[in-house]
Amino acid sequence: MRTNRCPQDGETAIDSLVELATQWIDISLLALLAGTAVTVVRMRSLWAAVMLTGIYSFLGASWMLILDAPDVAFTEAAVGAGIATVLMLSTLALTGTTMKEREKSPLLPLSVVVLTGAALVYGTADMPQFGDPAAPVHQHLMPEFMNDTVPSIHDADSNHSVANHHGMMAEVADSNHHDTKSGVGIENVVTAILASYRGYDTLGETVVILTAGVGVMLMLRGNQCVKNHVPERTADSTFTSDPLPPMRQRAILRVVSKLVIPYILLFGLYVQFHGDYGPGGGFQAGVIFASAFILYGLVFGLRSARTVTPPQLIEILIALGVLIFAGTGVTAMLLGGNFLDYSVLGHHLWSGFLPHGQHLGVLLVELGVGITVAAVMITIFFTFSGRERVK
Amino acid sequence: MSLLVDVISWACILSGSFFAVVGGIGIVRLPDFYTRLHGGGITDTMGAGLILLGLMFQAGLTLVTVKLVMIFLFLFATSPTSCHALANSAWAHAHEPLSPRWRNGD
Repeated sequence: MRTNRCPQDGETAIDSLVELATQWIDISLLALLAGTAVTVVRMRSLWAAVMLTGIYSFLGASWMLILDAPDVAFTEAAVGAGIATVLMLSTLALTGTTMKEREKSPLLPLSVVVLTGAALVYGTADMPQFGDPAAPVHQHLMPEFMNDTVPSIHDADSNHSVANHHGMMAEVADSNHHDTKSGVGIENVVTAILASYRGYDTLGETVVILTAGVGVMLMLRGNQCVKNHVPERTADSTFTSDPLPPMRQRAILRVVSKLVIPYILLFGLYVQFHGDYGPGGGFQAGVIFASAFILYGLVFGLRSARTVTPPQLIEILIALGVLIFAGTGVTAMLLGGNFLDYSVLGHHLWSGFLPHGQHLGVLLVELGVGITVAAVMITIFFTFSGRERVK
Repeated sequence: MSLLVDVISWACILSGSFFAVVGGIGIVRLPDFYTRLHGGGITDTMGAGLILLGLMFQAGLTLVTVKLVMIFLFLFATSPTSCHALANSAWAHAHEPLSPRWRNGD
């Protein structure tokens, strides 16, 4: 645990040694982050630069784990180090791997970067010190969130209402008194805040991911019909028409991928549905789920991957996820609550079997996020690696 | 008894860390790509494996140990595979080993 605690009487030499070691881990991790960033910029070979960005993401994930943010670390490791690296590599396969010599002087971009960086550093001077308990973020909304989401510190007073400062989620507690626990009652505070209190923001994020997927499809597919998308190259018989041919010779890769892919999918499901209790949730699960299909595509060829996950189906799933998310909100409205106020959900239908109220809402919303994220990631990978190399 | 478990666990963790450091030095110091791969392999197998074993001793017979075993099995399958993939791809792109014994043309 990384808390700024006051020195107490019981503090021994070992404690201070651990403190010192933690500090050194912090310092060396941050130094490695900075070093990797500088190396990426100076690297001429783009392959190496892409691999280094993957390393940068892993270092960032480790740093977030040290800061007690496992959910974010999870996302960073899965998205930054996993999928983003694969996407950039498949881009490099299209564009070429060496950097072009630039003709223009680097002075203007350099001065823009230096000025922006200086402004950001100047901005940090006004921020409260790290871990300061008097910081506004710990003073204003966090106590209410913690009070409502964590059952152990929740007091018996269930009548106080929670309203965030946007007025988006007003009066949760008021309509919530038939829940077993007041408030959201989700064990993982991050999930509760993400899916319930900040439901609007998360809906927005999901729509952003949808937009990214649609944008990639519009830009890279152009006017081509989906069915004619895989270019035919029959002149060269050794090269199949599959832009990403299956690795026929790589028996070890094929066997191990077959072995690992079911467990990746299982782990994705675990992260999806265990997100209420531990680190995880729709974003992470979607990416993990997609990475299984991307691994399949890499090893067994794009054509087989397209057979397993037809692009038409994936396109439907992209929209379906957002529909589930927004539909949950609309259902809550129809049942008499506010938009994305889940506490009214699930008390009428199968209330014996299903979780109800906030729990059901968070479950549905996270499912929507997971479906959209997975489908968009798979689509982006298919679209990137389905193109021919630019001549 | 708990002292014995602690001693075994710390011995595993420390020797695992030692192998991880040795592997890191190997990646930097060894002369060519294929030998450097050996350094990476040591970190992946001996380093990670022994540290995981040490952590299992620390956790005892709990759910944490089950999870650690799963991580171990995952690493056991994936890290030799990634080593193989790296070596295979270097070989396929005609990356010449340093030692003349293994060169194609000579």
